Amino acid sequence: MTDQAYNFAYLDEQTKRMIRRALLKALAIPGYQVPFASREMPMPYGWGTGGVQVTAACLTPEDRLKVIDQGADDTTNAVSIRRFFQRTAGVETTERTTDATVIQTRHRIPEQPLAEGQILVYQVPIPEPLRFLEPRETETRKMHELEEYGLMHVKLYEDIARHGEIATAYAYPVRVEGRYVMDPSPIPKFDNPKLAGNPAIQLFGAGREARIHAVPPYSDVVSLDFEDHPFAASKADHECDLCGSAGSYLDEVITDDRGTRMFVCSDTDFCASRQAQGHRGRLSPQGATP
Amino acid sequence: MTLMQNAITAAPLLSVQGLTKRYGARIGCAGVGFDLYPGEVLGIVGESGSGKSTLLSCLAGHQRPDEGRILFDGADVLAFSEAERRRLLRGDWAYVHQNPRDGLRMGVSAGGNVGERLMAVGARNYAAIRESATDWLGRVEIAADRIDDRPSAFSGGMQQRLQIARNLVTGPRLVFMDEPTGGLDVSVQARLLDLLRGLVRDLGLSVVIVTHDLAVVRLLADRLMVMKSGRVVECGLTDQVLDDPQHAYTQLLVSSVLQV
Ligand SMILES: Nc1ncnc2c1ncn2[C@@H]1O[C@H](COP(=O)(O)OP(=O)(O)OP(=O)(O)O)[C@@H](O)[C@H]1O
Ligand SMILES: [Mg+2]
Repeated sequence: MTDQAYNFAYLDEQTKRMIRRALLKALAIPGYQVPFASREMPMPYGWGTGGVQVTAACLTPEDRLKVIDQGADDTTNAVSIRRFFQRTAGVETTERTTDATVIQTRHRIPEQPLAEGQILVYQVPIPEPLRFLEPRETETRKMHELEEYGLMHVKLYEDIARHGEIATAYAYPVRVEGRYVMDPSPIPKFDNPKLAGNPAIQLFGAGREARIHAVPPYSDVVSLDFEDHPFAASKADHECDLCGSAGSYLDEVITDDRGTRMFVCSDTDFCASRQAQGHRGRLSPQGATP
Repeated sequence: MTLMQNAITAAPLLSVQGLTKRYGARIGCAGVGFDLYPGEVLGIVGESGSGKSTLLSCLAGHQRPDEGRILFDGADVLAFSEAERRRLLRGDWAYVHQNPRDGLRMGVSAGGNVGERLMAVGARNYAAIRESATDWLGRVEIAADRIDDRPSAFSGGMQQRLQIARNLVTGPRLVFMDEPTGGLDVSVQARLLDLLRGLVRDLGLSVVIVTHDLAVVRLLADRLMVMKSGRVVECGLTDQVLDDPQHAYTQLLVSSVLQV
């Protein structure tokens, strides 16, 4: 049941129009951070207020919404955002990636390849990739304007100097359509290749920082690197202990007080679907597939 | 005398005419003009408040002068777009600040500091960047094993040498220096000066250097410009100006140094 005390999807129509204008601008200038008048939402910053506002501006009554946090549909954050839109927009929700028309995500891109017509909304804490080395906003804006991106490589250089390799594992910087350098939000770099050439619309909302950026379908997205330290989309070198997948991003879970570990897909829908299809992992109740 | 030959055969690298900068009613510098030829070092001296820093910051594009022309290699720098100007600042030009903290990234390793300009102009091979950085640290007498240390772990003299390496790594054609030896104690100053002299000589650098230390000028500068109250009161070959000052103010400046 839609809560009648609210406008559809909580935000008033004028605010949604304002956000949609920002979204269109962001799609027209891939990777460029568009300022928008971020609104107070009935949840604290850091809980995805930017993503929630973008989702609210995108939703129609016919949409089917999926919300994931670190790949999981059942975490507190994901559940509360899903409930929020059930209540304020009355839209259908789903945990199945293929069935969803809008997916709001924190820190992951689903394993299941997305399709044309789907919208992926990212929650973004800090949208400015240059912030780490250049705290002055006026200066970072100028650097984007003039494509002065040498500093991004200084960050990667520091990584290699200190760790022997590019140790940046999350929020790995990318260049979009050969122009703007963008922070893809704290997704694991394993997900970076999925940013590129993706048929879905990818929208990024930063609530506290009041910025929106976007990657249109089928965009060219390149992870920054050095010739002699090329980008590598790494993950834990294991198979999922529940579904046996060797190609999905894994969470390491400690299962008892003695430090016994297991590796499971961080994408719960992907893992469950595989198990439903009969795939088995090392710790599956029925044992591993022969 | 390569200098004389240059002066005759080459066009000036930097040509400045009628440069004026006011701060409200106060004059920062007024009507300054000079030519700098390739491979030449121009010293600018004058008492505190005489307009040296103002002039240098106008030349280097940090501030916009109210009047005058600045031609670099024949191009009208003041007509450059901001993008062109910033490209100049990280490629053909270099600027050594008096305080190394203003010219270094204190949160980035020595190697990263030196490598930044290389990466800014497109270097994308880590090993090559590291090799250049190591080479340049050596040239400014910083041990190779300090390459991954941050400048905050360096002494003032080392920081200044690091700033110089960071600036020279891309082989700039013109270097601006504002009191590069100021704020350092005397023995450290002497060593830095020695190093600068070696670099200037070996690389054939073209330099505009501001100082109020005549010893610096004597050692580094081919030509000298003396400023007072924002204006150039005397200009000429360094030895001539220092040994036979014409203007009363220069005479005072020279004699006051000799008394020290
Ligand atoms: N930002 C500013 N605003 C107003 N007046 C300024 C500013 N900067 C410099 N001035 C004035 O312009 C004149 C020249 O100053 P400038 O800093 O260029 O001298 P300087 O020769 O570099 O002195 P010092 O040897 O102390 O560094 C002085 O009268 C100074 O007070
Ligand atoms: Mg000064």
